[in-house]
Amino acid sequence: MKKDLICISCPIGCRLTVEGENPEKISVSGNRCPRGEIYGREEALAPSRMVTATVAIESEKLARLPVKTDRPIGREHIPSLLNQLYALELVPPVYCGDIILDDFAESGVRILATRTIEA
Amino acid sequence: MKHTEFDAVVIGGGASGLSAAAEMSRGGASVAVVEREETLGGILNQCIHNGFGLHQYNEELTGPEYAERCIRDLDGLSVKVFTGMTVTLMETEEGTQLLYGFSRESGMVRFRCRAIVLAMGCRERNRGNLGTPGTRPSGIFTAGLAQRLVNIDGMVPGRECVIVGSGDIGLIMARRMTWIGARVRGVIEIQPYPAGITRNIVQCLRDFDIPLYLSHSITRIYGKDRISGVDVAPVRNAGGEASGAFHIPCDTLLLSVGLVPENEISRKAGVRLHPETGGPVVDARYMTSVTGIFACGNVLHVHDLVDYASEEARHCGQAVLDYLSGVSAGEQLRVGAGRNVKYVVPGRFALTGKNRFYLRSMITGTGARLCVRLGGIEVLRRKLPYVQPSEMISFDLAADEDAISSRFTTGGDETDLEVSLEIPEKEGA
Ligand SMILES: Cc1cc2nc3c(=O)[nH]c(=O)nc-3n(C[C@H](O)[C@H](O)[C@H](O)COP(=O)(O)OP(=O)(O)OC[C@H]3O[C@@H](n4cnc5c(N)ncnc54)[C@H](O)[C@@H]3O)c2cc1C
Ligand code: SF4
Repeated sequence: MKKDLICISCPIGCRLTVEGENPEKISVSGNRCPRGEIYGREEALAPSRMVTATVAIESEKLARLPVKTDRPIGREHIPSLLNQLYALELVPPVYCGDIILDDFAESGVRILATRTIEA
Repeated sequence: MKHTEFDAVVIGGGASGLSAAAEMSRGGASVAVVEREETLGGILNQCIHNGFGLHQYNEELTGPEYAERCIRDLDGLSVKVFTGMTVTLMETEEGTQLLYGFSRESGMVRFRCRAIVLAMGCRERNRGNLGTPGTRPSGIFTAGLAQRLVNIDGMVPGRECVIVGSGDIGLIMARRMTWIGARVRGVIEIQPYPAGITRNIVQCLRDFDIPLYLSHSITRIYGKDRISGVDVAPVRNAGGEASGAFHIPCDTLLLSVGLVPENEISRKAGVRLHPETGGPVVDARYMTSVTGIFACGNVLHVHDLVDYASEEARHCGQAVLDYLSGVSAGEQLRVGAGRNVKYVVPGRFALTGKNRFYLRSMITGTGARLCVRLGGIEVLRRKLPYVQPSEMISFDLAADEDAISSRFTTGGDETDLEVSLEIPEKEGA
């Protein structure tokens, strides 16, 4: 299978072509430097993203608490993660860095608060 | 009316205002920060995505996290913070500055100080700046306002949206709208290339198969009470019936068509503005055309990286400390934008110490060279791997470098510093 990707490892944005399914035999072309090859492989085999969103919080000061994943998660997990986050309703105080969800879907990924909301 | 006095008053409690205030307070000045919103942090509070602080903290933080670090940096310092207070007027009176702030809690407050730091940030261009014909229905927002509604107030601005402008704010809102369950039907960009960074094109548009229409613009807005759709047309065949025009139905239109420094009160105080940046003209120590009034951050020129805004604010804070303690600025040269450069900030070069400059390119491409000439003679040349208008470039130039000091002592009127970007001729064929 062939995939056209844009490398985002630096601002140049080389257009990459990634071919092959087998991790051993994947080929990346179009990259100007080795970072493009690494990016191309990862993006083709297991694309992952940081997710930032907000969660409802019962506070007079703010309606939403901003949160983030502590590391990138597989793209396919994003919709179910968002659904879980949108179903939550927190109560202050919450401190920046607090764990909102531990071990999301047994992936080891944590969801952290990115803002402090005092009681 | 209440009266209060400080060495310096900072207008705006965003990243720049807070960094400048911390710097001045550490240097022993008595400092106040006046912020219109109820909380400090400025625009960062609504930018919940990550990508902040890589230079400053060597970590990739979200906007609110970066804001919290700036606020925590004030711990242990005696900076007086006035939140929920808007500055409406500045006046200069024989070496002292007067400043009027208004808040629900304390009414009108008059500040007397020796230096003012402008750090009011910027605002977004809106529909009026576009001049698109059509009806005036609801459902048209600037992207930043939509961002605030979603991320702070927890509201959903619409279900089917079209975004005008491919700057980073528009792109990030494309992803955010998708993640709250809306459908983004397209991003319309008038230029032939995207305005935002590649990472955002990939992770905010391509990830969701959102079409990007380059060299297109919206030509008409439809809808009675709520917007119902827009016409989109390619910009190449100007005049006559544009071929390839099409209609996109939508209930929401987000505009991400540029930012302008917020200088209403500066203008009233007689601060001279720069035609390219829209911010004040400043000298090597970030002082505006009004003695005692300084500027930094997005109110000076629009920054894409908060790290640069904080760094610039610290330099500005240092300069204010010098000013307060009566250290003279010394001799300064003029700095101008040369070929392929939109602007250079600050507009003066000090003949003592290190000078840091920020500039914007007018060209896109690899292998450009930054060239700095003093009176026509090159004093600095640096290769840049990649340049584009949306990424600010910064460089340092020390006054005591041989090339510069010898050049300067030759005198004459060749004392302008000129910064340009050059693309070398293609080698052989
Ligand atoms: C939507 C968006 C996305 C961005 N994304 C990124 C990113 O991913 N990574 C990154 O590094 N940078 C990003 N930036 C850039 C970065 O956020 C800014 O450069 C930086 O935060 C600007 O800080 P500032 O203090 O100059 O301005 P602001 O944060 O705008 O602060 C100005 C403050 O002044 C206050 N104010 C204005 N007028 C008055 C008045 N008259 N009286 C009292 N108070 C007043 C305002 O309320 C505001 O709080 C982004 C910017 C925007 C707008
Ligand atoms: S391949 Fe290398 S040069 Fe090309 S975009 Fe990626 S990191 Fe940059």
